[in-house]
Amino acid sequence: MSRISFRLALTGLAAGLSLALIQPAAQAAEAGPKPPALSWSFSGPFGKFDRAQLQRGFKVFKEVCASCHGASLVAFRNLSQPGGPEFTSGQVAALAATYQIKDGPNDQGEMFERPGRPADRFPSPFPNEQAARAAQGGAYPPDFSVLAKARTYTRGFPTFVFDIFTQYQEQGPDYIHALLVGYKEPPAGFPALLPGQNYNEYMPGHLIAMPNPLSDGQVEYPKGADGKAPVPETADQYARDVAAFMMWMAEPHLEARKRLGMQVMAFLTIFAFLLYYTKKKVWSRMPDGSPVH
Amino acid sequence: MSGHSSYVPKTGIERWLDARLPIIRLAHDSAVSYPVPRNLNYLWTFGGILVFMLVVQIVTGIILAMHYTANSLLAFNSVEHIMRDVNYGWLLRYLHSNGASMFFVAVYVHIFRGLYYGSYKAPREVLWILGVVIFLLMMATAFMGYVLPWGQMSFWGATVITNLFSALPVIGETIVTFLWGGYSVDNPTLNRFFSLHYLLPFMIFGVVVLHIWALHVVGQNNPTGVEVKNVQKDTVPFTPYATVKDIFGMVVFMILFAWFVFYQPNFMGHADNYIPANPASTPAHIVPEWYFLPFYAILRAIPDKLGGVLAMGAAIVVLAFLPWIDTSKVKSMSYRPIGRQLFWAFVVVCIGLGYLGAMPAEGGYVIASQIFTVLYFGFFVALFVVGLFERPKALPTSIADAVLASAKGGSAARVATATAAEPNVKG
Repeated sequence: MSRISFRLALTGLAAGLSLALIQPAAQAAEAGPKPPALSWSFSGPFGKFDRAQLQRGFKVFKEVCASCHGASLVAFRNLSQPGGPEFTSGQVAALAATYQIKDGPNDQGEMFERPGRPADRFPSPFPNEQAARAAQGGAYPPDFSVLAKARTYTRGFPTFVFDIFTQYQEQGPDYIHALLVGYKEPPAGFPALLPGQNYNEYMPGHLIAMPNPLSDGQVEYPKGADGKAPVPETADQYARDVAAFMMWMAEPHLEARKRLGMQVMAFLTIFAFLLYYTKKKVWSRMPDGSPVH
Repeated sequence: MSGHSSYVPKTGIERWLDARLPIIRLAHDSAVSYPVPRNLNYLWTFGGILVFMLVVQIVTGIILAMHYTANSLLAFNSVEHIMRDVNYGWLLRYLHSNGASMFFVAVYVHIFRGLYYGSYKAPREVLWILGVVIFLLMMATAFMGYVLPWGQMSFWGATVITNLFSALPVIGETIVTFLWGGYSVDNPTLNRFFSLHYLLPFMIFGVVVLHIWALHVVGQNNPTGVEVKNVQKDTVPFTPYATVKDIFGMVVFMILFAWFVFYQPNFMGHADNYIPANPASTPAHIVPEWYFLPFYAILRAIPDKLGGVLAMGAAIVVLAFLPWIDTSKVKSMSYRPIGRQLFWAFVVVCIGLGYLGAMPAEGGYVIASQIFTVLYFGFFVALFVVGLFERPKALPTSIADAVLASAKGGSAARVATATAAEPNVKG
C-alpha cells in the first residue's frame, strides 16, 4: 500500500514540477526582451572600475542626467577617493566650487548660499519629491545614489543558479544601459501613447515618462593625442559609461571588496588544507595509540 | 553519556578554584574529555558552524547598531552611511546580511541531518524541541532584521507578515495594532523591531546553551543511530578529534560565506530593497527572503487567510512533534528502505515549495503549491504509517563494529581492484 502511495506522491511531484517549469516561459514572453549582458571591467573576482570610463560617465551624468536626477548620497570628495573615478583633489575642489550649496543658519539666523566644498554632497536638482513631480509632469526622476543596485530583471531558473558560479551580478548596469538605448517606436497594436509617455523596449510595461535622454554626439569626450576621443561619442557609449558610473556610485567600495575577498579566499583555502591534513593525522590513531580501523 | 569527570587540577590555583567554582572542570568535561561517537560524518560539524554563525551575527550586529539609526526617515540613509563612510562598514553590513542567509543554510543542513539520522528520537526529544524553538526565534530575528534597512521590501514584507496576525479571530486586530504600535507599519514599528532584533539573538544564545546542555546529557546521535555501548571502543574524546574536524568544517563553510560576502553580496537580497520604503507604492511582487519561501508558499496555497496562517504555523510546529509522529524504532534512515525514500521526497518537496514561494501566486503556481503543501504534510503522515510495518535492515551491533565493517569492506574492495588490475600491468 505504501509503495502505491509513494508512487502517487512521486507522480504528483512530477506533475507539480512540470507545471512550475511551464509557467516562467509564458511570463518571460510578456516581460519583453532581456537586457543584453555587456562586458564590464568591474565584473568577476578581479574586477576593477575603468577610471577613464567613470570620468566619462561622470561627464554624462553631470551634463545630461543631473538636470533631473540627484545623487544625494554621493559627496564631491568621493570622486577623488581610491577605487572611483580618481579625479585629483584639485579637480574635485574646483568642481565643488562651481555648485552653490545651501547652508546655515548663520549668526543672524539666515540660511545662505555658499560655493561647494569637497565634503558637500551633490545638491539635488529639486528641493523635494513634490517639486520634482510638479516640474516633470507627475513623474519622479529617481535619485541615482543606489539606483544601479535597485534595478534588475528576472534571471529565471536555472540561470540564477549558474550566476552563483559565474559571479554575474551586473543586472543593474545591464538594465540601465539597455533602457537608455531601448527607446523605439511602439509596435503596431500598442495603445496610443499619451502626452508624457514614451515607449521603451526594456521598461516593465514599456511606458516610461523620461524621454530618450541620449543622442549621438551629445556629450563631448576628452580628446586623445590624435585629437580624437578614444571612444565613440555615441548614445550607446554614453549609456555604457553612465551605467558604469552609476554602479560605482551605488557600490563605491567594490574594488576594495573584491581585493580583500581575494586575500581572504587565499588565506582560507591554505588554512583549510592545513587543517585537513592536521585532521587526518589526528584521526589516524585512537587515543590509546591503536589504529582507527 | 558524560560519565564521571576526568579533570585533574594540576596547579595550586586550579585546585583552589576547582574547590570554589569548578568552571575549568566544566569546560574540560564538555569540550575536552567529552566522548564523541567515532563514526560522525561531516554533517555533524554544522552544530559548531551554527555557533560560529551566531557569534558572527552578534558581533557584526553590535557594531552595526553603533552606526545605524532606527528612525523611519533616517534608517535607509544610515545604512548607506555604513556602506559608504564607516570604515569597513560595507564589510560589516555584507557579513551581517549574508551571514543571516548562511545561518539558515547551516540550520537547514542541521535540521535535515537530524531528520535523516532520526536525531529527534528518544532520548533526544527535548534536545530536538529546543532546536525547533531556536529555529522559530531565528525566523523572528531574521524577519525583523530584514525590516531595519527600511527599503521597499522591508516595508512591504513587514506589512504582509504582520497583517497575517489579523486573520486570528477576536484578538487578531489587537495583536496587529500592538505589533505596529499604531494603525499602519510606521516609525513605531521600526523602533520596536529594532529593539526586538537586538534582544532575540541573546535569547537564541540562551536556548543554544540549553540545546548544548541537553546534547551533553544524552550524547550525540551518529550515522548508525546505534547508541554508544562501550565508551572506550565507540567514542573518541572531543579534543582533539571533534575539535579539529569541526574547525576544518567551519573553515570550509567560511569559504562559501566569503564567496557571497566578497563576490556576490546582493545575490540573496532583493533589488527593491535598495529603494527607500514608500507606503504609497506597492512593489509588483512582494517576496520574503529565500529561507522563508517554502513556508510562504504554504501560506499562499490555502485560499482562506486564516487557513493559510494556520497551515504555515503548523508546517513549523509539526516538527516539534516528530519524536512521536515517527513510529519507527530505528533511528537512521540508512537502515530504513522506505523511510529513506520518503526523506528524499520530502527534500524535493521543500525545495519545490521554496521555488513556488518565489513565483507570483497565480494560475498553475497556486495549484502546484497546493499539491506540494499536501505532500509536505503527507510526509509526516507517511512517516507515521510506514514506521508501523517497515522492515529495517539489520543494524550493526555497535558503533565500533560499524566502523570496522566499513573499513574491512573498503579494504577488501581495494584488494579486489588491485588483483583485477594486475594482469593488465603485467601484460
